[in-house]
Amino acid sequence: MDATATPLLSVRDLSVAFRQGGRQSLAVDRVSFEIRKGETLALVGESGSGKSVTALSIMKLLPYPAASHPSGSIYFKGRELIALPDDAMREIRGNDITIIFQEPMTSLNPLHTIEKQIGEVLLLHGGVTGAAARARIIELLTQVGIPDPERRLASLPHQLSGGQRQRVMIAMALANEPDLLIADEPTTALDVTVQAQILTLLKELQTRLGMAMLFITHDLGIVRKVADTVCVMKQGRIVESGRVAQVFQSPQHPYTRDLIGAEPKPDPAPLQPQAPIVVETDNLRVWFPVKQGLLRRVIGHIKAVDGVSIAVRKGETLGIVGESGSGKTTLGLAILRLISSQGPIVFMGQPLQGLKFKAMRPFRRDMQIVFQDPYGSLSPRMSVSDIIEEGLWVHQPQLSAEEREQRVLAALRDVGLDDPQMRFRYPHEFSGGQRQRIALARALVLEPTFVVMDEPTSALDMLIQSQMVDLLRELQKRRDLTYLFISHDLRVVSALASRLIVMRYGKVVEEGPAADLFRHPQSDYTRALFAAAFNLETAPEGVVRQ
Amino acid sequence: MDDRVRAPSAAATALSPTGLAAPPRRRLALSPVNRRRWQNFKANRRGCFSLWIFLALFILTLFAEFLANDKPLLVRLEGKTFVPVMFTYPETAFGGEFETEADYRDPYLRKLIADKGGSIWWPPIRFSYDTHNLNLPTPAPSAPTWLLSEEQCKAAAQKVGGSRCADLEYNWLGTDDQGRDVLARLIYGFRISVLFGLTLTIISSIVGIAAGAVQGYFGGWTDLLFQRFIEIWTSIPELYLLLIISSVLVPGFFVLLGILLLFSWVSLVGLVRAEFLRGRNFEYVQAARALGVSNTTIMFRHLLPNAMVSTLTFLPFIVSSSVTQLTALDFLGFGLPPGSPSLGELLAQGKANIQAPWLGICGFVTLAFMLSLLIFIGEAVRDAFDQRKTFS
Repeated sequence: MDATATPLLSVRDLSVAFRQGGRQSLAVDRVSFEIRKGETLALVGESGSGKSVTALSIMKLLPYPAASHPSGSIYFKGRELIALPDDAMREIRGNDITIIFQEPMTSLNPLHTIEKQIGEVLLLHGGVTGAAARARIIELLTQVGIPDPERRLASLPHQLSGGQRQRVMIAMALANEPDLLIADEPTTALDVTVQAQILTLLKELQTRLGMAMLFITHDLGIVRKVADTVCVMKQGRIVESGRVAQVFQSPQHPYTRDLIGAEPKPDPAPLQPQAPIVVETDNLRVWFPVKQGLLRRVIGHIKAVDGVSIAVRKGETLGIVGESGSGKTTLGLAILRLISSQGPIVFMGQPLQGLKFKAMRPFRRDMQIVFQDPYGSLSPRMSVSDIIEEGLWVHQPQLSAEEREQRVLAALRDVGLDDPQMRFRYPHEFSGGQRQRIALARALVLEPTFVVMDEPTSALDMLIQSQMVDLLRELQKRRDLTYLFISHDLRVVSALASRLIVMRYGKVVEEGPAADLFRHPQSDYTRALFAAAFNLETAPEGVVRQ
Repeated sequence: MDDRVRAPSAAATALSPTGLAAPPRRRLALSPVNRRRWQNFKANRRGCFSLWIFLALFILTLFAEFLANDKPLLVRLEGKTFVPVMFTYPETAFGGEFETEADYRDPYLRKLIADKGGSIWWPPIRFSYDTHNLNLPTPAPSAPTWLLSEEQCKAAAQKVGGSRCADLEYNWLGTDDQGRDVLARLIYGFRISVLFGLTLTIISSIVGIAAGAVQGYFGGWTDLLFQRFIEIWTSIPELYLLLIISSVLVPGFFVLLGILLLFSWVSLVGLVRAEFLRGRNFEYVQAARALGVSNTTIMFRHLLPNAMVSTLTFLPFIVSSSVTQLTALDFLGFGLPPGSPSLGELLAQGKANIQAPWLGICGFVTLAFMLSLLIFIGEAVRDAFDQRKTFS
């Protein structure tokens, strides 16, 4: 790369403001960076730091006129983009600059075939149709590693897996051989194994086609793997930028240092082989019937959980890992009897299977759940104190208003939300990490013995994630809690789990004490999972899904 | 999720990352979400003005008896105070001869009171909706008094001891074909239309929301059977059935309400059902189940508030369609009992008396104005609840 050559893209002093309800708020504050041909620049930062907004303003895809640029300029190949009329901008979009979004589930039109989706890009910018277009589409699909591309042309998005959909998105982005590819968290919604594959693919395509890449992510591991230069963003500003190696070795800004040090420290709860068993299942099955025909006869089953036996001892943390669709969450819900299942479930010596709603109620106090999405798991129309005290109303209706309030305050303090005024606010006024703490307080106010954690840290930023892990560990020690920790993020699991179960297709692939398993994984699948999670390495073909 | 739509909220969180800047708030105050909705509502100026005009008209017409009545507001006689607008007094109370209710429009009674030194305070319009003006200058339907020539007024004016139109009791919008004041009938008609529309909307919303909630929350067979029932029910030709029923039953306010209710409750079911179907899998509903909260509580506390947004958005449109339905039935003569003040009946009179254009014009203008107000309010409500709307 020639440092003296004019940069492909040069952003200078760019600001973005949004107007909402007559108020202006600044989302991006005087950001400057440059990308040269063939180079990869990573924008890193927590959610809400303005990464995506910066990227979208290069494409001019923001909701104008609610969004505006109070200052700055964007030069692409020497042309100023901000003042460019819409027609000219359309020429550039999808042709010279293309973008891949985070969510492969919603980025493709569910009613269009793969051929039509990619064909549209070719038609719009090159006017290519018919056999020529078809040949180009097959070439592109081969390039992005979709097996059997001729047959895939007529597929609809729902017939592809998440990884394949993201590959199709990449094929669309590459269709016109762009000079700059913007990748907005392209792997966040994917499994670790698929993430490794997609990253390798992007890197490979970049070297082959010589395009520049603007890579947006919150994951520093990815930055280290793919980027040449990095800009760290915080609250709309770039606080630090430079070559990747240099930034990682000697970070200047305290925030960058925090980010780099944010890896959760492994300190799992010790194994308790003598402790009583809290939850035990024997050959637990959750089968969803597949019905067909006029009489809706059952012709088969989708085996979400297929014969899983677990035993969690008091004070331990059982980690459950696996790719999405492996039945982790279903298992957690089945144990709490939130979905129906077959096979015995024993909780503190009492069989739960088959109990009616009312008979289940006394047990609910001792077994709680914290969900993945801090935005979806709190009712937006209830204040924090209403949310937390709901369980108390059910299980301890005899409490006076004052006692209830004390319990709510104590629960909030336990999860590290110290301001007592907070209980009158509504969930949307809190950040993701705070919301997850509220969800935790809702579970803990009942003083349960057993808590199912369904990916409680997946939706959080790195920094918050490690704080959350510390909090969970501390609560476990203080209250002698038993956790069932479900996650696809192996770094978090390794920090918490004393035992580990690896699941695939509803079955247990491997299980054992976590420390042993991390050191000496037995099956190929577990090895591939670990390699992808810790080193972003792809597995040999056939071991994991594509 | 579409990143472009999420962008503004990301921007908002960027500036107050913890939300700590917000001042502590009392429990009953408008929540910030609702405050923003109210701002959005006010930002639609047309809708906002419409709401104020509508409220003003509605509250005014609620007190129609004090605006247009053939009974005085107050009579003071020999140190005693009578409130004829609220209480019934026999003629003998004022020194008359009959035990029957006093007719205050009767010149005899007025003279009686005046002779004893009493005084009468009249409402601005001295006709009620069913008062026949017995001193019409022209045969009914009579044109608005201010449109008449002095010559037309002369005979009637002489009866009350004057000679010019100005001496007559004014019928500001003329009279209908039975000599009743159109303005008084419009005031009462507006009230009954709006009250009917609101009552029908509220009751059918309650029924519709309950039905939709049960279907959506329980799903499965409950949903399937209910949906098929509604499909059959809605395929019944509504108008013909209404005509048949209203020719069998004596139509009154509540009978009509019941008949229209039979069909109007379905309009919200689909909407609420969809919201509940979506909402029952939300994680906070799952969390409530994990806490052991009962189904009814989950439906009321967690799911209903979500369904309310789309329901409220729909409400003004349901009100306007209820008003239209009542008017249509009245126009066809199957509506409220004869003599009731109704906009539909006024339109029917306008159709029958083309030579008296003020009937049709008044009915049309009132109805069009009221429906426009409701639609504008509805649009503003829709804007207010639109999460994505950013005004520029």
